[in-house]
Amino acid sequence: MSATATTPPIMEDERPTPIVPIHVPDSALPDGPRLDATAPDDTTLPDLGRRPYVLWVEDLSVSFDGFKALNGVTLELETGELRCLIGPNGAGKTTLMDVITGKTRPDTGGVFLDRRENDLTKLSECRIAELGVGRKFQRPTVFQGHSVYENCELALRGRKGVWSTLFRRRTPAERDRIQEILKIIGLAEHAARPAGLLAHGQKQWLEIGMLLAQDPKVLLVDEPVAGMTHAEMERTAELLRSLAGRHTIVVVEHDMEFVRSIARRVTVLHEGRVLADGPMAEVQADPRVVEVYLGE
Amino acid sequence: MLTRLREMHSPLAWGLVAGAGLLIAALPALGLPEYLVPQFGKFLCFGIAALAMDLVWGYAGILSLGHGLFFALGGYSMGMYLMRSIAGEGVYRSQLPDFMVFLDWKQLPWYWNGFQSFGFAAVMSLVVPGALAFVFGWFAFRSRIRGVYFSIVTQALTYAATLLFFQNATGFGGNNGLTDFKRILGAPLHDPTTRKTLYLVSAIALLATYFVCRFVVTSRLGRVLTAVRDGELKTRFCGYESTHYKVFVWTLSAMLCGLAGALYVPQVGIINPSEMQPSNSIEMAIWVAVGGRGTLLGAVLGAWLVAGGKSWLTAAIPSAWLYALGALFVIVTLFLPRGIVGLGPKLRPVFDTVVARLRRPVKAT
Repeated sequence: MSATATTPPIMEDERPTPIVPIHVPDSALPDGPRLDATAPDDTTLPDLGRRPYVLWVEDLSVSFDGFKALNGVTLELETGELRCLIGPNGAGKTTLMDVITGKTRPDTGGVFLDRRENDLTKLSECRIAELGVGRKFQRPTVFQGHSVYENCELALRGRKGVWSTLFRRRTPAERDRIQEILKIIGLAEHAARPAGLLAHGQKQWLEIGMLLAQDPKVLLVDEPVAGMTHAEMERTAELLRSLAGRHTIVVVEHDMEFVRSIARRVTVLHEGRVLADGPMAEVQADPRVVEVYLGE
Repeated sequence: MLTRLREMHSPLAWGLVAGAGLLIAALPALGLPEYLVPQFGKFLCFGIAALAMDLVWGYAGILSLGHGLFFALGGYSMGMYLMRSIAGEGVYRSQLPDFMVFLDWKQLPWYWNGFQSFGFAAVMSLVVPGALAFVFGWFAFRSRIRGVYFSIVTQALTYAATLLFFQNATGFGGNNGLTDFKRILGAPLHDPTTRKTLYLVSAIALLATYFVCRFVVTSRLGRVLTAVRDGELKTRFCGYESTHYKVFVWTLSAMLCGLAGALYVPQVGIINPSEMQPSNSIEMAIWVAVGGRGTLLGAVLGAWLVAGGKSWLTAAIPSAWLYALGALFVIVTLFLPRGIVGLGPKLRPVFDTVVARLRRPVKAT
């Protein structure tokens, strides 16, 4: 097919129906008919300007002791987009992150990176990290005893087996990359300090820097500005905006002002479901969203 | 290669290490009383075991309460060679070790094959503890058993091994273990020259172990290990399969412990199941805690101090040793969380003020 030559095959196979607040029909389940590789391509979905999906979540359900933390969540991320994920406490935001990074296994559904073969729900945490999903935790978790430089070095993309870490030394190119990252996050002059001595905001940046060092396709950033001063918040917003495009970023955040300052597209989760999905202004105007979240 | 050495130590520190090594190796020549040579040789072996312990506990955060087992397995391997080398010279003039004759066994159990060779025994003293550690570690770490649970399981492991080795039927001399050794590689064990040679070999082994440990902890792998210690989940998210790292360091540590045991047995002349008793393993943990976790030098110093204290006190006031050990553990836990080595930075300001005071009058004049 000539069409295959111009567009990545991923798109044709995996163009799901657009989802806005929805109940996912059974046909969207994995192995459903639309997964057929010979299915007609773009012509049936005249959705121009869309970039290929880098990560998509299909009908994900997770329950803990009967409590449905996630209930049929479906979500797609386009390459290079900056997505905000919001929702009240207990909406399932962190659980969703946990599933994507392999910390929690779902009851049903799948998470796919790049292509259908990469079902993240079947891979280990480190394998997922290797494939290109990086995560920043809610509380800053840097290695307190290691220096800022060493933190970045630990995260740096590369071979991470026992023998290569025992015998292989960092190449000059790799060391330059670390310095570059330290500059991006503004901690170059703190390279030798133990990370435990950094200020709270600096730790958050260091963690973002560690994510960058992994050079992930998708960055999951959980509450990046919690506990930050206003100035630090602005710097963080700037940092995230500058990274979008090269990386696909998902930000989970409570601070609506911050979300407004960075978001292009927002997904609202509520009680384990996707309640709304769209541009910030549109979502904000949605009466259901106002009811459960913004109106409080 | 040179840069790697420089990463491991500054030139000054290398000088100090070499100096200390030379001093230790030269002790017998410098007038160490002959009866103390095997005693000090024993301490060198403890130093090796302490380094092994520190590698897993201090750096990787895995508290083992079963390292005595690996030590004893190394010791038993060497003991088996020493036993077989005196075939025909026992009380019963049999080709079998005396205890087997006593049990009315007609031939050697299969697992005693090969131990007539020193080389084989030496290799086995590393391979047996290493293999056991690898299998045990693989299952334990893969199941993500960690922290105090892991410690308890290691303790149970060494206790189970003690009970097993106590059985005569196990074929390692039961209660009495292996003893009555006469010579190693043809050299009589009671000869002062042999003792000094064993001491020297232990000193070299200690230095080599230090070198290996230093190489490991200053490599990127060392930083991954401390990262696993400080935040295992985060390390996994960084893309490191922490299980592999833990199995690696655990196995390496067990092998080093086996080496210590193999050098220990010819110097003390006996190996029996009491070496595997849980209390021995706990003592190893105390060496490292007293010396300073996560510092190689501290581990060795701690081992020497505690083992030396034990030797002296059990001779002087035998009943007081356990109290002293308990008190030491409490004091270290409460006041010296970083061990003796941690005292250095703490004493620095005191030292500085003292120096400043001493200097002041000079300035005034």
